Amino acid sequence: MQKLEHEQAITVSNVTMQYPSSTALALNDVSLEIQPGEFMSFLGPSGSGKTTLLSLIAGFVNPSSGTVSIGGNQIDGLKPHRRDLGVVFQNYLLFPHMSVFDNVAYPLRQRKMDKSQIREKVTRALALVRLDPYADRLPKELSGGQQQRVAFARAIVFDPRALLMDEPLGALDKNLRSEMQRELARIHRELGMTFVFVTHDQEEALVLSDRIAVFNDGRIEQIGTPEDLYYRPSSLFVGRFLGDSNVFSGKIDVETSTFISPAGSAYLTREELEKTDANVMIVRPEAISIAPKTDTNTDGFEAAVREIVFTGSNVTVYMEFGDGTPGIAKLTMSEASKLAVGQAVTVSWDQLRQHLIHDDGLTS
Amino acid sequence: MTVKHNSVSLRARRQPNLPIWLRAWNVVVMALLILPVLIVIPMSFSDARNFSFPPKGFSLRWYENFFTSAKWTDSLFTSLQVGILTAVLATVLGTLAAVSIARMSPKFSGFLSGLYMAPMIVPGVIFAVAIYAVFLRWQLVGSLFGFVAAHTMLALPFVITSVSSSLSGYNPGLTTAASSLGAGPVRAFLTVTLPLILPGVVSGFVLAFVTSFDESVVSLFLQTPNLETLPVNMYNAIATEIDPTVSAAATLVILVTTILVVLVQVVPGRNKRK
Amino acid sequence: MTAQILSIPGSSKSRFRTGGVSAGGLAIPALIALGVFFVYPITLIVWLSFTSPEIGFGHYLSLLTDGVTVTVMLRTIAVGLIVGLATLIIGYPYAYSMTVVSPGWRTVMMTMVMLPFWVNIIARTFAWFILESRGGLIDQFFQALGINGVVLLNTWGGVAIAMTQVMLPFMVLPLYTQMSTIDRGLLRAAGSLGAKPVASFARIYMPLSLSGVMSGFSLVFVVALGFYITPALLGSPDQALLSQIIATRVQKLLDFPGAGAAGMLLLVVTLIILGVLNWLVRQANPLMKRGAA
Repeated sequence: MQKLEHEQAITVSNVTMQYPSSTALALNDVSLEIQPGEFMSFLGPSGSGKTTLLSLIAGFVNPSSGTVSIGGNQIDGLKPHRRDLGVVFQNYLLFPHMSVFDNVAYPLRQRKMDKSQIREKVTRALALVRLDPYADRLPKELSGGQQQRVAFARAIVFDPRALLMDEPLGALDKNLRSEMQRELARIHRELGMTFVFVTHDQEEALVLSDRIAVFNDGRIEQIGTPEDLYYRPSSLFVGRFLGDSNVFSGKIDVETSTFISPAGSAYLTREELEKTDANVMIVRPEAISIAPKTDTNTDGFEAAVREIVFTGSNVTVYMEFGDGTPGIAKLTMSEASKLAVGQAVTVSWDQLRQHLIHDDGLTS
Repeated sequence: MTVKHNSVSLRARRQPNLPIWLRAWNVVVMALLILPVLIVIPMSFSDARNFSFPPKGFSLRWYENFFTSAKWTDSLFTSLQVGILTAVLATVLGTLAAVSIARMSPKFSGFLSGLYMAPMIVPGVIFAVAIYAVFLRWQLVGSLFGFVAAHTMLALPFVITSVSSSLSGYNPGLTTAASSLGAGPVRAFLTVTLPLILPGVVSGFVLAFVTSFDESVVSLFLQTPNLETLPVNMYNAIATEIDPTVSAAATLVILVTTILVVLVQVVPGRNKRK
Repeated sequence: MTAQILSIPGSSKSRFRTGGVSAGGLAIPALIALGVFFVYPITLIVWLSFTSPEIGFGHYLSLLTDGVTVTVMLRTIAVGLIVGLATLIIGYPYAYSMTVVSPGWRTVMMTMVMLPFWVNIIARTFAWFILESRGGLIDQFFQALGINGVVLLNTWGGVAIAMTQVMLPFMVLPLYTQMSTIDRGLLRAAGSLGAKPVASFARIYMPLSLSGVMSGFSLVFVVALGFYITPALLGSPDQALLSQIIATRVQKLLDFPGAGAAGMLLLVVTLIILGVLNWLVRQANPLMKRGAA
């Protein structure tokens, strides 16, 4: 029974949302399918529509047009309390007048379960988030991280069809955050439940997700696995939003099979040559290698080292290419040891880790 | 016990930067506020058959009279009945109204709360005359329902104000959370919102009761010999009958009101500290 | 980001915008009750005052020409102004003190204001009835001074004195509310610039408190004009106030249109006087003009 319910996809079709208070569209013709058991993140800057889509799925607001369905059944008219979806809120929204136990038992009591069953399920949920000793406390007697776990237990205790989370780690400090990220990954593995996770933190999304939907200005820019998005962004926006990158604007030259930019020219693969309208090349800093400039290697990209920053696990090198384009590379200690600020260098990368895109509003 | 300690330490550092004449003034004003109220109490123990002060002799005859005369006990009973019904009705209507005001856009809520406050602003006589005119047509003069309906109008502003101030500290997200956990609007309200705004609802209830229990002007118009409230009886006792039992009645009323109002001021505070 | 970390979990409002569904529905029972038992009755007697028995201003004309109502109206306004002024003079220093004293004393002073506010008006008027009667405490006091026959009962002066005491809370509460928002640092600043305490109080604090004065005065004035119990018990028919006239018309003559007309007249005159007062104060005080704009 319970397993079966988990195997239901959430489908969003052509959803448009306009709040009465504003003229702009909060969501503009968004479609999306979330697979059963998937960990899906909605990633984007604030105001991009990711939280709106989450509230639409949860039923807190109704779309101006379009439909949402779960397991093939349209749920648009359904009130939130009939949707059977767990929600974890950014500020937890624990009931301050109820103990931890009563908070977690709340959804079960709404479903009129009998007492012994409630006790058993609540105990199991609290054990899952490792809070069993705190059942009798009030929410305000717990730390932020513990409150977060209670909110979590409360949202999964009734075996919802999916768990929706709205920036649940946003209010935690950095250490607690990474701890909770591991917890989340563990719980997702153990439960096999569909998780929908809203965040504006790209690192968090990359670490946790099976797939990520990147939101921008009410639209989904791209949906894909973390690797897809990181190394093969479909737009400059996605590329920039997911982390640092070297961005070269230029055009393809079919004659020489290269991408020509003011900073230098790079050879292209056969598939890349077919992307005739591409005008931007993106290379992630991890793909870059740097060698001191010698007289023998004259082609490729030349740059000057501007700054070398030690970041613990590796070294970040900031550069400036010949035409003034800024560059960034992440190197190991030994690779970086040969470099000095001001030095002229030759920059190269694995052809397979460069990525061509077309961008309309090409600006720096 | 703790309260006593508190007041001692307060007295030690009282009014640090007030000039002496201002302190004296404040004492006089406090006396002016309180003493004329308290003067009623010794009167109620007088032995004399008139309103002369200071009272002569000591007796409990007016209290005895109050509790043994059907006229007085009936009116007391009527007042309690009207007061409780009014409090229940005004609390239910007022709480719902306050909740809806809190959820509305400011444009709407400003207009509505203005409307709800209107019975507080319109001069009492005008409202009394108006409701009397209508109730004569509807044959509600001298009926329990008539008293309750009219008093509820006057009590609503107090309930709405009191509940609204409680609601301003309530996070509406909690209702959203409850709905996501499977509670419909009514259950979410009963299990989450209501327990959290209870102090405001309770003080609204008490204030509504006191408003009705003390109400005199409308009641003077709606009274019939068969149905009088306590204030009406007191009014008649002063204006037409010169019945000293009124001093015993006034003392009892002062006592009850004081206890209730002090309770209202203390109860929410205790809840906050917990 | 910082703001999110600093915010106490659960205390900040939800980020989810909800469409305000069914919020209006909850107000409906109260609105219906208010419509039936408040708006309709008030509208009805106003309507009657213009239409019954015939359409026109007949009731208003007869009120203004019967030789009694205008006198009563002027007396009522005079009592309202006197009571307003008296409560202001008594209440202003008291309200000011409340903003300065320790929290404990503030509670005591506040309770002293609130208690009579809630105590039955008849009980309080009864106390003044005893004090003002022949042979009452006030009479005894003046007899001891050799002045005989100071019986305030059944005079409008006695009514005004009792009303001043009864309405003191209506003055102190708004005054205190407004005064507690005044930044007292301004007074200290004036002091450091060499102004004498009295001068800086008169020049800086008083103008700043003027809006509180206005709301207190307006409230007392309006409530005083419509006051019934105190004039009815302490006053006399030949020194009646307008509320008594209205009540008598209804109780003795069942003259609802006439009572409605008198009520409307009272309301209109009240609004005019408040408007004039407001205008005068704004003329005198540029600070308030800006605040109101």
